[in-house]
Amino acid sequence: MDFAFLYETLLTLLPGIPLTLKLAASAVGLGAVLALGLALMRVSKIGPLSAFVKTYVFFFRSTPLLVQIFLIYYGLGQFVGIRQSILWPILREPYWCAVIALTLNTAAYSSEIIRGGLQSVSAGQVEAGLACGMTRLQLLRRIVLPLALRQALPAYGSEIILMIKATALASIITLLEITGLAAKLISETYRAFEVFVVAAAIYLLINFVVTRLIQLLEYRLTPHLRPAPHAALVKQGGVA
Amino acid sequence: MTDFAFLTTLGFGPGGWGPAMLTAAAMTIAVALAGFAFGAVIGVCGAWAKLSGGVALRAAADAYTTVLRGIPDLLVIYLFYFGSSAVLTPIGRFFGATGFISLPGFLAGALAIGVVSGAYHTEVFRGAYRNVARGEIEAALATGMSRPLMFRRIVAPLVLRYALPGLGNVWQLVLKESALISVTGLVEIMRQAQIGSGSTRQPFTFFFAAAILYLLISSVSGWLLGRSEQHFTRGMRRV
Amino acid sequence: MNVEIQPAVRIAKLHKRFGLLEVLKGIDLKAGEGEVVSILGSSGSGKSTLLRCINMLEVPDSGEITVAGETIRLETSGGRTRPADRRQVDRMRAHIGMVFQSFNLWSHMTVLENVIEAPVHVQKRPRAECIAEAEDLLAKVGIADKRNHYPAHLSGGQQQRAAIARALAQHPKVMLFDEPTSALDPELVGEVLRVMRALAEEGRTMLVVTHEMGFARDVSSKVVFLHQGVVEEEGSPADVFGNSSSERFRQFLAK
Repeated sequence: MDFAFLYETLLTLLPGIPLTLKLAASAVGLGAVLALGLALMRVSKIGPLSAFVKTYVFFFRSTPLLVQIFLIYYGLGQFVGIRQSILWPILREPYWCAVIALTLNTAAYSSEIIRGGLQSVSAGQVEAGLACGMTRLQLLRRIVLPLALRQALPAYGSEIILMIKATALASIITLLEITGLAAKLISETYRAFEVFVVAAAIYLLINFVVTRLIQLLEYRLTPHLRPAPHAALVKQGGVA
Repeated sequence: MTDFAFLTTLGFGPGGWGPAMLTAAAMTIAVALAGFAFGAVIGVCGAWAKLSGGVALRAAADAYTTVLRGIPDLLVIYLFYFGSSAVLTPIGRFFGATGFISLPGFLAGALAIGVVSGAYHTEVFRGAYRNVARGEIEAALATGMSRPLMFRRIVAPLVLRYALPGLGNVWQLVLKESALISVTGLVEIMRQAQIGSGSTRQPFTFFFAAAILYLLISSVSGWLLGRSEQHFTRGMRRV
Repeated sequence: MNVEIQPAVRIAKLHKRFGLLEVLKGIDLKAGEGEVVSILGSSGSGKSTLLRCINMLEVPDSGEITVAGETIRLETSGGRTRPADRRQVDRMRAHIGMVFQSFNLWSHMTVLENVIEAPVHVQKRPRAECIAEAEDLLAKVGIADKRNHYPAHLSGGQQQRAAIARALAQHPKVMLFDEPTSALDPELVGEVLRVMRALAEEGRTMLVVTHEMGFARDVSSKVVFLHQGVVEEEGSPADVFGNSSSERFRQFLAK
């Protein structure tokens, strides 16, 4: 194996990392807010709202992300109204189109994850909250959401990893993140295998770090799900 | 643009893109099926390696599933499409060919999808095997079945039944992944939509039509899978 | 000329350990043709392990197992004992019927398919003949009307009777019952015991691990009491239940 070339490849691909992370972080951050709203609408008793969310989720989960990106990046320009609107400077930018598509996509998947979490909150804990006089909003903020989000965390972790992988599609609309730089390098050097190995290693490293961070967060947030510390050890003042 | 212009654009009349889009949809289904089948073969081998292989085999299978689930599918498609040329072009030169030789888009795409989905198949088959009750295997041993007979009559049918819901999910994943094969130039739904939107300057019409085609394929296959699951798991305990 | 009749099952000096725990510490046991042997003992006494060694679902560490005149050949290498010839084990298993505590019917097959599976695919008998016989067997255990049902749709008692029919369809020389009524609701125990009693009266050779003292006393020709991996008491039901010399057995009965 040609280590000099691998090193050069690494140096070529490294500048793509910030863009990959920026895309993933924007999509996950904006997507989480949107997903929470969608999930609350979905479990609300208001028929049209929950029907809208159902349709939204169905559309975004049953079509390829690439179609969604193309619809926004190429598709919207078909309408004169949009081309003349104040949003056009944003909607003509591949970066913003990628962020919007990734956000809408992850919001659909995440809203279902959060919904699962919401449904896992037992009626008894809700009743206990009502019994001590909480308002509906207090109940949601203090009891339901904290429990639901903790429950949803492992699945949400996988969704974050999927989003990091999904940022690669931004390269198809000209963005030079890791995969975009890799594709460019392959077409210049025809050394697909070496470039692939380096790019794959970078993604694996990013995903490894992110997975660990999520596990850490999960551990910190769920002391109630861990086995109780042994009584004898507690008396002795902690675990050895 | 009149309200119903898209009906003419995507219609089946003269100059309509309907037939082309439907042919492309057939290509999407074909390449997804090929990739899914290849992935299933890998999955069976991977699950076997994880369940009963030695230390080395198990480590290899673990590495395979970890890597393939941690990197973008697009990278794998590039690897197969461009990587095959790195292997094939020198071979072609040797036999006197000139220029750039690559795997056809269909083959490169199906292989890439197979390798990617193989990682998911592996986990599905492994989980399904874990669900087979130990007692049902013991009962088979107790009747004097040989290992191959037991695999064919008892283990494989049970594993397949438990794997059906998971395989359905993998299929939906594969179907959506197949859109990425358009980067190799294979004329499936996405590529055809790009061609259409390029020549008519109606990208929204074409990509929306593409989305509807994916929705249809995904819904119909989801319905069929649900039916077959009901049929094959009738009378079985739910896991 | 040796005039001693060959017993249907003969076990000699059987040892089995799981890790550090020695479960069987040298068991000797004989079951003659047509005998019904009840094997009793509290949990952990090794009685199920003993039964499972007879058809090699557990491989003993040492000792000898002979069924219908054929002794299972074992080999030891690298500290592990295994059957010397897997095909011999398969052949012997084909003629030993086993009934499990948890029924273990194949969940993807109907009752009838369960019953004809081994005769058709292991013993390679004609399918039509096997179906006819299976229908007779299902009638005999009283669930002829359930033949096209899946196991999950039957009660525990019906599942266990189907499992008995499945074992009988192998034309077994010996029937092994591993706590056949322990997983059943009390009101379903009777229907299974009735079927087993009928089989005993036909003169079948049966080894039964059980907690049903009534069955052991009234039906079996021999009772074996296991305690911590050794045979603590052995004899005819009348002798053993009447005046056992074993303090442990009396304690066991008193529970």
